This record gives sequence, structure tokens and C-alpha cells, in this order.
Amino acid sequence: MGRTLYDKVWEAHEVRKLRNGQSQLFIDLHLLHEVTSPQAFGMLKDLGLKVRFPHRTFATVDHIVPTHDRTEPFQDPLAQAMLEALRENTREHGIPFFDLGSGDQGIVHVIGPQLGLTQPGMTIACGDSHTSTHGAFGAVAFGIGTSQVRDVLATQTLAAKKLKVRRINVEGRLGPGVYAKDVILHIIRHLGVKGGLGYAYEYGGSTVEAMDMESRMTLCNMSIEGGARIGYVNPDETTFAYLEGRPYSPKGPEWEEAKRRWLSFRSDPDAPYDDVVTFRAEGIAPTVTWGITPGQAIPIDGRIPLLEELPEEERAVAEEALAYMGFKPGQPIQGVTVQVAFIGSCTNARLSDLREVARHLKGHRVKKGVRALVVPGSEWVAMKAEEEGIAEVFREAGFEWRMPGCSMCLAMNPDRLEGDELCASSSNRNYKGRMGSPRGRTVLMSPLMVAAAAIAGEIADAREVFGIGR
Amino acid sequence: MLESFTVIRGRAVPLRGEDIDTDRILPARFMKRLTFEGLGQYLFYDERFDEGGNPKPHPLNDPKYQGATILLVEAGFGSGSSREHAPQAIKRAGFRAILGESFAEIFFGNATAIGLPCASLAPGDLAALFQAVEENPSLEVEIDLVNKEVRFGDRVAPLSIREEAREALTEGLWDPIGELLEAGELLDQFDQRLPHPRRAG
Repeated sequence: MGRTLYDKVWEAHEVRKLRNGQSQLFIDLHLLHEVTSPQAFGMLKDLGLKVRFPHRTFATVDHIVPTHDRTEPFQDPLAQAMLEALRENTREHGIPFFDLGSGDQGIVHVIGPQLGLTQPGMTIACGDSHTSTHGAFGAVAFGIGTSQVRDVLATQTLAAKKLKVRRINVEGRLGPGVYAKDVILHIIRHLGVKGGLGYAYEYGGSTVEAMDMESRMTLCNMSIEGGARIGYVNPDETTFAYLEGRPYSPKGPEWEEAKRRWLSFRSDPDAPYDDVVTFRAEGIAPTVTWGITPGQAIPIDGRIPLLEELPEEERAVAEEALAYMGFKPGQPIQGVTVQVAFIGSCTNARLSDLREVARHLKGHRVKKGVRALVVPGSEWVAMKAEEEGIAEVFREAGFEWRMPGCSMCLAMNPDRLEGDELCASSSNRNYKGRMGSPRGRTVLMSPLMVAAAAIAGEIADAREVFGIGR
Repeated sequence: MLESFTVIRGRAVPLRGEDIDTDRILPARFMKRLTFEGLGQYLFYDERFDEGGNPKPHPLNDPKYQGATILLVEAGFGSGSSREHAPQAIKRAGFRAILGESFAEIFFGNATAIGLPCASLAPGDLAALFQAVEENPSLEVEIDLVNKEVRFGDRVAPLSIREEAREALTEGLWDPIGELLEAGELLDQFDQRLPHPRRAG
């Protein structure tokens, strides 16, 4: 009987069974950031413990970083204190830290792959739910809480329980102007935000196999929004091509050996799955959310559902969403006025995202009255975008070109919505108050759709705004 | 020695709504801190207080539920961010357990690891409990993790909770750090066997 990648990685990392039946799982790579680690270091200290394997631990600063002016001390003394705590903790324990201005700083899920830290067959943990991103490489990567950050610091292991595996096939060719972001919003819309509870998602099929690595990262990134703890794609030549030559990738004779090892983790053709679901790529349109969960999504040319069209168990949240967003059932989503446009976050702030938008943006202008921001995912992305002229395209179009960080995706830095502003956003969550204003409204979409909204001043079909494929 | 959770008795506060995410439980701006101290006061902050800091109608502000130690929720509770700040805020606001239909994966793990049991009831039983508590806020609810049942009024409802979590809670083994450390030299063997990232040059 075949095994899935998930089974193989799990077995290779299971240190032993714990008394309550859970497994003690060895973590190859532990990523830290400033928000969920200081308490863990505090707990470590209280217990008189040290970081067990600092060479498997890497840190950066992303959530609280200002994107406009990073001069220290920051205006927000709490943010400054969090940065300094991480500097101090990493120095004390000998952990590599990608600090501001190092050239390697950035959103933790952007820099892991970019530096080649993220590799197939690894177990990866980080105190952030979007750790699922790293699954794009065929790693088993998941978000953990602070007590577990302490566990990994102290032992490089976690107490964990195995998940079921759902294979999600996407087959066929995506239409022009349709991206991985649309695919994952479509999947979550159909399987639901609770659909993945208890599951790992394995993505495959011809559409996923044809995706570049950064698209696969977008797909895996939002597995958590579908209720799954992890998402992954089996490693292949696309994976290897992306990793080759990266700063932390294996080199020389180790490279060939690593590739052989990585391939051995691929799910076997006869691997059994607990569930299999198949989607057709041709049926996926640019997709946008209309509500307060990522599952409340519709195609751009669709209408906000009538309550009676929804399954009974979804109606209460739909009503709450309509009231919060100020939308009417049956209303088209196109044409809704936006005040803010945000391109950024660990879902969509990679170089390929910015390249794709810039390719279409040339010659267009952001509509007067729209505040439009681009926040690159890392210092490296920002640097490349400057070199390639991408940053200039954004600036000329009227976007504010910012410095890297998580920014208004969760608004722990000064970037946030005001009042009930509506934001077209390439981020991953449209929860109530997510972008910093308790009344702020988020409509999730692909980066190109955000650019289209910024230009039109309203939610619009990027294919029409930019004349794509029609 | 850690506390063991066998039977938890107390009054409950009913919090309706599905898919309540951790951003609602504890808004991100309150995570700007180096410890979990004092988080209880920010629990559901944006739903309990307006922009001027004045209380809004909310079960947690309702005098009739003051002193309740069991949080009653619906399905998909705790989705979204992995922030342990969310269950920490619930625990530090004085809650000793959460009853609901289902919980997001990371939230459930975080809550269990800090000794905050999350137990599930079948939809019908949960609806009956919501109704009973809303009709009679002084109703005593008993969560029996040993016999796997919830008792209220004259009703006994079976509860479900992942078995390893239930055992960890009832046996006072919910914080795994001690047992993880016992692996000792095994950890070094794994570290030596499994590749780790190395920067070239």
C-alpha cells in the first residue's frame, strides 16, 4: 500500500509515541517572529532551559514593522520593545536573525522560501497560522501557539496528532487573469471555512502541477482559511528549479543527493486518501469575498447570495456579514466603491505577484480618492522590484511604495483602515476588524484585481480594466 | 504538578455566532506586548466596547452572566490566526472551559496546552444548553471529562473531545514539556540524522 507525502514525512520525524497517544514530532526548521516568541522565551527562562538546536531556528521581524519610516526608535514604543526583545533573545541563544536592513528581512513566510530555508520533506513550525505556505515545497509546515514555540525552542519537537489527508485535484487550464488566489478562494468557497477541520490538504492535478512555486505558495498559504492546518504540493522539477542556488539550499554533491531524498517523499500513486475532491480550472473566475469569512466568496461577475439560496447553517453568518459590510442580498459585487487598495501580505507580496501587476499597470492611474499601497514581502523583493523598474511602475500609477512587512493585513503597525473604509486587499482574511478598524471592511482578491479596483475606484473585473483575454 | 480537569462546574455565558475567529476574540493590536499579563480585559474588545471605549450590549457585559466560568459557543470557534493570546485572554478573563460544536485546529491545541478544556456537544444538545442558559442564567452546568458528559438541569448530554486531549486534561498532563524533554539523547540522534539549512559561504 502506498503512502502520502504526509505519512512519509511524519514517519521520518516521529521521535516516539507519548503516553497519551500523541506523537513527539521532530521539527527540522523553526521560524520565529517578534509577536508570538517573547512569551515563549520568557517561559524558557522560567524553566531554566536553553534553545536546544539554535542551528534549526531562524528569526525575522515582520508584524509590527512600520512600512513608511523605519527609523529607530519607532514612534510606537511597544513595537520597538518587541523588536528589541527579539534581538536580545536571538543574541542570547545564538539564533540567526534577519534584522531590518540586513537585506534578508521580510515576512517570515516570504523569506523562508526565498532564502532556501524551506525544503521538501521538512517539518516546519512557526508561531503563525500561515506557516502552511511552506507546504508548497512538499514540507509539512504548520502554525503553532506560543506554548508550542516554547516546546520547539526547548526540545525541537512538538506533541502532535496525525491528521487525515484530503487530496484536492484542480484539473485543466486557468483562464487569462485568473490566479492561484482565485483558485484557493474558489476551493474555500466550495469546501467551506470549516471543511478542512481535521485534514491536511494535498493539492495536485494538472493545474497545480503547471503552477510556478509562488502560486503554489499562495494556494498553500490559505489552507488555514479553509480550516486545514496544513496544505502541501508534492515536490517536482519546478520545486527544484526554484530552490537551486538559494543561499541555504544544498550545494555541490549535496544538491543531487538532496533532490533524490526530496523525490522520495512524494506521495505514491496508490497512496490512500481519506477524501478526494476535484475542481475544474475552467470553472474558476476571478473570485472576491463579500462577507466576513474567506468562504463568503463569489465570482467577480456574480451577485451577493440571497439568504434563501444558502444552506440553512450558513444563513446566520451571512446575515451578520451583510449587516457588517453594508451589502444587500442579490447585489452585484462589481461597482462597490473602495477607499483603500492593499497589495501585500504573506499570501501575495512576492516578486511574481508584483511583476504580474506591473505588467498590466503601466499607463493606468489610481482613481482620485483611493489610498493605494504596495508593501513588498521582503527586502529582497523590494530590491529586485526597484532594479526591474516594477516599483517605478507602481509609483507612477499612484501607488505608495512601502517598505516590507505584514502591514495592514493585520494592522499591528501604523497601516490600518479608518472608520468603515472598504479595502480591496490581496491579503488572506476579511474578518471583522482585521485591518485595524473595528468597522473596517475587507474584500479579498488577487493582486491584479486589487490593482483593477484601485484604478476603477470600485470593485471591478481586472480582465475588463486591463483588457485581458477578451 | 499541573491541575487535573475532571469535573468543571459553573455557570455559563452563551456567545452565539459561527466561525468566530481569533481576531474577534482578541484583536491584533492588543498583541503588542511582551507577556500574556492583563489580556483578559481585552477579550472580544471590539464587540464589547465602542470606539469611545463605552460598553456595548454583549453577553460578556451582561450583569446576569457575570461570574460565569464556562464559555458557550457554536461551530468553528477560534478559526484564523494561531495566536495563543486568544485562549490566554479567555482563560485570564476567568473561564475554565469552553463548550461548543466544533473548534479550529490550532485554537483547540493552544487552549488544551494551557489547561483550557474545549469540549464538543451534538448540535441538538448544544441548542438545548444555549436555550436553558438564556432562560436561566444561574443554571449550574457540569462538564464531566471523566464520564464524557455534560449535565445541566435534568439533562445529561454526551460530550466529545479528542481522546488524547481528554486524557491529558484529566491526568494533569496537558503541558507536554516535561514529557518532551524526557526524549533526551534521542533528540540529538534526530538532529544528526535530519538535514538542516546551512548558508553557503
